[in-house]
Amino acid sequence: MTGDTWLILGGSSSVARAFAFEVALQGADVLLAGRDTEDLARTAADLTIRTGREARALEFDATAYDTHAQFVETCRGMAERLDIFLAFGIMPSQEETDRDFGLAKAMVETNYLGAVSILDRLAPVMEAQGRGHVVVLGSVAGDRGRLRNYLYGSTKAALHTYLEGLRARLYRSGVQVLTIKPGVLDTAMTWGLPRLPFPATPEVFARATLAHVKRGREIAYVPGIWRLIMLVIRSIPERFFKRTDI
Amino acid sequence: MIWKQLELTGWGRSSRAACRVARPERQRDAAAAVVQADERSVLAFGAGRSYADTGLNTGGAAVLTERLNRILAFDQTTGEIVVEPGVTFRDLLEVFLPRGFLVPVSPGTAYATIGGAVANDVHGKNHEAVGSFGHHVRWVELLLPSGDIVRASPEERPDLFAATIGGIGLTGILLAISFSMTRVPSNAVALREQRVRNLDAFLDALKNEGEKAHFSVGWIDALAGGRSLGRGILETAEPSNEEIAERRRKTHAVPMDCPGFLLNRWSVKAFNALYYRRFARRERRRRLAYGRFLYPLDALLDWNRLYGARGFHQFQCVVPFEAGALALRQLLDAVRAGRNASPLAVLKTLGAAGLGHLSFPMPGYTLAVDLPRKRGVEDLLAKLEAITLDHGGRIYLAKDSSLSAEGFARMYPKLEPFRAVLADIDPDGRMASDMARRLQIRDGS
Repeated sequence: MTGDTWLILGGSSSVARAFAFEVALQGADVLLAGRDTEDLARTAADLTIRTGREARALEFDATAYDTHAQFVETCRGMAERLDIFLAFGIMPSQEETDRDFGLAKAMVETNYLGAVSILDRLAPVMEAQGRGHVVVLGSVAGDRGRLRNYLYGSTKAALHTYLEGLRARLYRSGVQVLTIKPGVLDTAMTWGLPRLPFPATPEVFARATLAHVKRGREIAYVPGIWRLIMLVIRSIPERFFKRTDI
Repeated sequence: MIWKQLELTGWGRSSRAACRVARPERQRDAAAAVVQADERSVLAFGAGRSYADTGLNTGGAAVLTERLNRILAFDQTTGEIVVEPGVTFRDLLEVFLPRGFLVPVSPGTAYATIGGAVANDVHGKNHEAVGSFGHHVRWVELLLPSGDIVRASPEERPDLFAATIGGIGLTGILLAISFSMTRVPSNAVALREQRVRNLDAFLDALKNEGEKAHFSVGWIDALAGGRSLGRGILETAEPSNEEIAERRRKTHAVPMDCPGFLLNRWSVKAFNALYYRRFARRERRRRLAYGRFLYPLDALLDWNRLYGARGFHQFQCVVPFEAGALALRQLLDAVRAGRNASPLAVLKTLGAAGLGHLSFPMPGYTLAVDLPRKRGVEDLLAKLEAITLDHGGRIYLAKDSSLSAEGFARMYPKLEPFRAVLADIDPDGRMASDMARRLQIRDGS
């Protein structure tokens, strides 16, 4: 693959698919990485047929940390220049993780450790490249610990903090690090939940995110209204906030 | 697989169904959904463009196919394509028309899915020339109620294939569909529109000109009576060799449910009269992009809301050519006598029968009318059913909301072989729909 290639980590989700389609429309090739390579191959075929860009599926497991170095080598071998969209993560409910530490552990390992492991290995590649974009899917849940969802929120909060440091590091090499904080997205992750405010489709999310990439932003809420909502939620003193059950 | 409780509706919005709904994003999850539905019955649900209860399954489980919408393969030399069931006609128009390929058969809306096109064996304005959608299907990959995934084609498991084409989703959930796209010389048709003053003239025109043309469709004023009964506009079209500049098509949304009284017999009469005279001379010729020609109503999103919150029924039947003039006259008289305001009705001819056991098409005239849901509409629909039966005709399941089980069995002579396939692949009756229950499709009694 020559020219710009987006590496999509966690490529099976509807959000990742929509983002891959947007960047391919804009002329980039795509590497779709994830565990379900059969499914990723279908998405890759779809992208190529619709946009004419090259797309390939790669096996990647966020928690198989000792495979990550080799994985990065493979990607480097396939693409001339990389941009990265990290889209993997799991969200079991708070009740489930309260009951089952195994699930809690899996979530921390996937959402946080998995991201740290792969981004640490990709960082030198991006530095050497001296340009490019690293886009990571955070969450508004990471902005404040809430009764209903605080373990998930804490994995994203940790990720946000990690990205602040990574941003400073890669800034020195001319690489953008963008933390995207989606509010409510209409995806498989939120399908079973009761009606949520301001849901955005994966397509709207993808276009908005790519616009933030082009503007060179550091942190962005999608849809934008969540910036305001979270400003309010963050400003509630803990003394009162602990009584709420949002 | 995550489920949620939702109410789904048919396009006519007179049929509604509360059910548990899953929306898989990959094939593995679709398979899991069928297994996990447990004792509940299951049905796939596409774009919700069939009119009544074909796609509904009250109290059961629905598997939405909207996110199984990838194009899996395309051969530029042969036009052979493989798609997931949630891919829409609109997707294919946007991707392939610029490359000189068109879906061989299109229903009246581009928002319908390919899965739905197979399940209803849809037909288009070129039925006499190319048959219905099923004629172009090379194979389907089907998730059976047992959870097994099998392939069916005219050669491989032909019985299952015939039950799946037009089988209104009762054989399982489609995971992939392979068919052939048609090469077209440009992005447009050369269209000829002519005013036709009554039914006899219309049938003559359909016979003389419609049969020769690649595309033909008639719009008739279902409220005109007397000597003008059956007056309307006949559209015939050929693929054009010349491209036309196509701006992005503007769509307008219907923002809310219109109050039902807006569509009354005076307003509809006025509308129909205007439509009949929408061009100044007797005849008009022009070139029109495929999107506008094939899917005229898509310019108005959610046009079903024009009929108000109560919704509407659509009636479509086909009657053999021999019975033609008399049957159509009786049908149109009944619609008029029912004082049920129906803007534009559609009249066209159908050619060869479909490949499916429950395929709708057969050689003859087909008439479609919208009937707002108000008092007396059930009686009117029953009368239309009786007239159709009298003349050896058949009612289209994708649109039907009121057919009786007895009428259905008389209209669809291949019901027994269809039942035999279901008994074989689905002995426990895992696949079901409100329509299947209403028409007693499964029970032999």
